[in-house]
Amino acid sequence: MVLNNIEKLLEKYENAETTLQEEAQLKAYFTQEDVAPHLEMYKPMFAYFSANETDVSTKEIPLKSKTVFNYKWLAVAAMAVLSISLYFNNPFQTHEDLGTYDDPMLAYNEVVKSLEMISTHMNKGFEKVNYLNAVNEGMSKVNYLNEMENSTNRIFKNKQ
Amino acid sequence: MTQTEFLNIVMPFKDKVFRLAKRLLVSREEAEDATQEIILKLWKNQEKMSDYKNIEAFSMTMTKNFCLDKLKSKQAQNLKIVHSNYEDHNVSLQKEVEVNDSLEWVSRIMANLPEQQKMVVQLRDIEQYDYDEIAKMLDMNQTAVRVALSRARKTIREKLTNTHNYGIK
Repeated sequence: MVLNNIEKLLEKYENAETTLQEEAQLKAYFTQEDVAPHLEMYKPMFAYFSANETDVSTKEIPLKSKTVFNYKWLAVAAMAVLSISLYFNNPFQTHEDLGTYDDPMLAYNEVVKSLEMISTHMNKGFEKVNYLNAVNEGMSKVNYLNEMENSTNRIFKNKQ
Repeated sequence: MTQTEFLNIVMPFKDKVFRLAKRLLVSREEAEDATQEIILKLWKNQEKMSDYKNIEAFSMTMTKNFCLDKLKSKQAQNLKIVHSNYEDHNVSLQKEVEVNDSLEWVSRIMANLPEQQKMVVQLRDIEQYDYDEIAKMLDMNQTAVRVALSRARKTIREKLTNTHNYGIK
């Protein structure tokens, strides 16, 4: 390669105006054995650049694959469980046929009987609740105490 | 995205990330840790990866920011404790060690460049990105990239000339 050309390229190179191809030319020139003596100092520079192109990291990089919990499948599983349970014991259907009376008189009697039963049980319950009246009486007696308090308040007010 | 798909995207520029990190952080272990951190960050945000037009450029920007942050926190930590020793150590090193290896010279000159110039040289002269990409990666405009690069190249050449002449005389 013509020395003149190299010198021109070097000048451009130092002004950062060279293209990558031109820099490759320079690199090629300075990595060969015989270089013009007055350009000798460029040699280590380009040698250093080429030597550093091949430095490689040897460290392993542990990549853990991210386990993304997929809610779609949770929904599918829930649907499956729900439909299976519905299939085996269906809550929306009445299970037993309770039967019916054909004779209206008989039906009327049965209804009266069951209503009577309900009323007797209810009366029993009321008797027990009647004790609460006693409590009410006690409460009204205690109310007299309030009046006493009123009078004591008045006395204290007077003192003040 | 499966693991292999991800690796296919990331692997081609993983070592570039590493080299940029090493340029800035100097220590090999630190650079390896930084690379791992960057790749794991990408992996965690893989849903967003399709949003970025240029994943490689994005990763390089991430690397730059990560390393600069790291340097900043290091400096903050070290300044109080080590700084007094630091000067001494450096001077004696320079005086004592006779550097024969010319590559060693260059790496020392590079290490003394400002961070921005380091990155520009790394991305241009070593990784051979074009100016447009570098400008995007470093959040600079193209002219600023060229100026930084030109300064860095001149500094390297001047210092090399000095050491070269010194060696001859």
